[in-house]
Amino acid sequence: MIPLSHILLLSVILFTLGAAGFIIRRNVITVFMCIELMLNAVNLAFIAFARRLPGLDGQLFVFFVIVVAAAEAAVGLAIIVALYRNRNSLAIDDVDSMKL
Amino acid sequence: MTSVGSADFIRILPELILSVFALLVMMLEPVTPLGKKTVLGWVAIAGVILAGLASFAIAYFPGSAFSASISNDGFSNYLIELLLLIAGLVLLGSMAYLERDAIDHGEFYALILMATVGAAFMVASTELIMVFIGLEISSISTYILAGYKRGEMQSNESSVKYFLLGSFATAFFLYGIAFVYGLTGTTNLDVVRETLVNSPQSASPQLLWLAVILMFVGLAFKVSTVPFQIWTPDVYQGAPAPVTAFLSTAPKAAAFAVLVRVFVGSFDHVASAGPVVFWLLWISAVLTMCLGNLAALWQSNVKRLLAYSSIAHAGYMLVGITAGGAEGTSAVLFYLAGYALMNVGAFILIAHLAGSDERYTNVQDFTGLAADRPGMAACLTVFMLSLAGFPSTVGFFAKFYVFRSAMHAHLTGLTIIALLNSVVSVYYYLALVVAMYMGEGKTQVSESSVPRALGFAIAVSLLGIFFLGLFPSGLLRDLNSLHVPWL
Repeated sequence: MIPLSHILLLSVILFTLGAAGFIIRRNVITVFMCIELMLNAVNLAFIAFARRLPGLDGQLFVFFVIVVAAAEAAVGLAIIVALYRNRNSLAIDDVDSMKL
Repeated sequence: MTSVGSADFIRILPELILSVFALLVMMLEPVTPLGKKTVLGWVAIAGVILAGLASFAIAYFPGSAFSASISNDGFSNYLIELLLLIAGLVLLGSMAYLERDAIDHGEFYALILMATVGAAFMVASTELIMVFIGLEISSISTYILAGYKRGEMQSNESSVKYFLLGSFATAFFLYGIAFVYGLTGTTNLDVVRETLVNSPQSASPQLLWLAVILMFVGLAFKVSTVPFQIWTPDVYQGAPAPVTAFLSTAPKAAAFAVLVRVFVGSFDHVASAGPVVFWLLWISAVLTMCLGNLAALWQSNVKRLLAYSSIAHAGYMLVGITAGGAEGTSAVLFYLAGYALMNVGAFILIAHLAGSDERYTNVQDFTGLAADRPGMAACLTVFMLSLAGFPSTVGFFAKFYVFRSAMHAHLTGLTIIALLNSVVSVYYYLALVVAMYMGEGKTQVSESSVPRALGFAIAVSLLGIFFLGLFPSGLLRDLNSLHVPWL
């Protein structure tokens, strides 16, 4: 059996990659994919903990997260479509009509 | 194993009523003729009123519901009533606005109700996964609301930024929950606290700190504390003004409630996590107050100015949470009520004054408003004075109680920084008042008279501001006797 620490380490790496990608990447869709990566790192952590703990709580939480992520993706992609219609671009640096 | 009974459903009656009315509005939307969509706004308001009555009724059925994931206690009851008040005022203030800008669709009202449902679940849940689901219900609705003017560049941009940074923050919050679950085997806040207090050796302190910090980062985004406030000015400026009125109050109140429940209610009691929680709150309170107030000094756009002001107010509320305990909590709850009244009032009035498509939102556009429309100028002045914390308005006592709770908790340094900040803030609030009363020239802003529903909403917030500003002790006494078990 794979030890818990290995799975957790993978989860932390995935989460960090997602967070780093969120900050570095310059395309809205890619940034959104990085968020999905972070959520899946969370799912992995839930599953890893659920294997060690009694009960099915952790596995159940993963389903909640998947459902919520799907709802978020539906709304998020619609917002991104509206962005593309307004600007003909998906580059994050173009989204700057308000001064910082 | 516990089964679900009717008592469970009674204890979430306000949320159920709001959900039913949100669905009702969506079903009535296609059969409502164009130009008559305001009717749907009244349907939504009826839902809010019914839910308000229900929340008064369920105060007599305290207890937990759905396997202890929802708690119907004085704390949640008060906050749900506050959220319903915010939703009602925003609905009243947005109907004429939507018609004027030709974006009057039923979805708007349904989304406001849905966002309120999510926020209500957040304040009532004692289970972290339930908090997460409430957070997402309210967030997803507000992402859409922020970009409600689909074709408009700024509104769309506001929505994109809110969506990306909001989801980013949620991922952090959720990762924190995963670690709490891994350390304690549960996500129920009461059980988490008991497990960690009774057997502190079971959880490694480093992982516990990680969990606390991750959850704090997630919530800090939602209440926009420094350094997680970058999205706030752009989102508040770009979103339609009535939506900003909602965004700056309801989700914020809910996130503060979660902060109180999670940090003051649970992790403050845990010996190894207590100091981490304290310093996290202390540092972010100082940074948030200072940056919010200093940045507001240079703003020329009224919506952006109020966005920085709302960051500063989040800082003051964090002072109360840092103080913690029963006194800090009731001070923060009082602050939330006052903040909601003055912020919603200011934003819905600005939504009207800004004219169609919000052309006039600069401070100089308000020059000479007092000569042209003395009534509106007087109302806006009261909101500004209350935000600045002048005596006889609710803003004064809100700050007073928070600072007093900080003094009682021996946080002298923090209180002095907060006091200095509130002195600085007077400058930018009064800049708008000075422009309205002393500026020369003709005002740019809307000439049309105030619609009746909007006038009613503004009157309610003014009444609330003066009532709580002159007789604050009644509400504070109620808040002190909430009998929340975890304090």
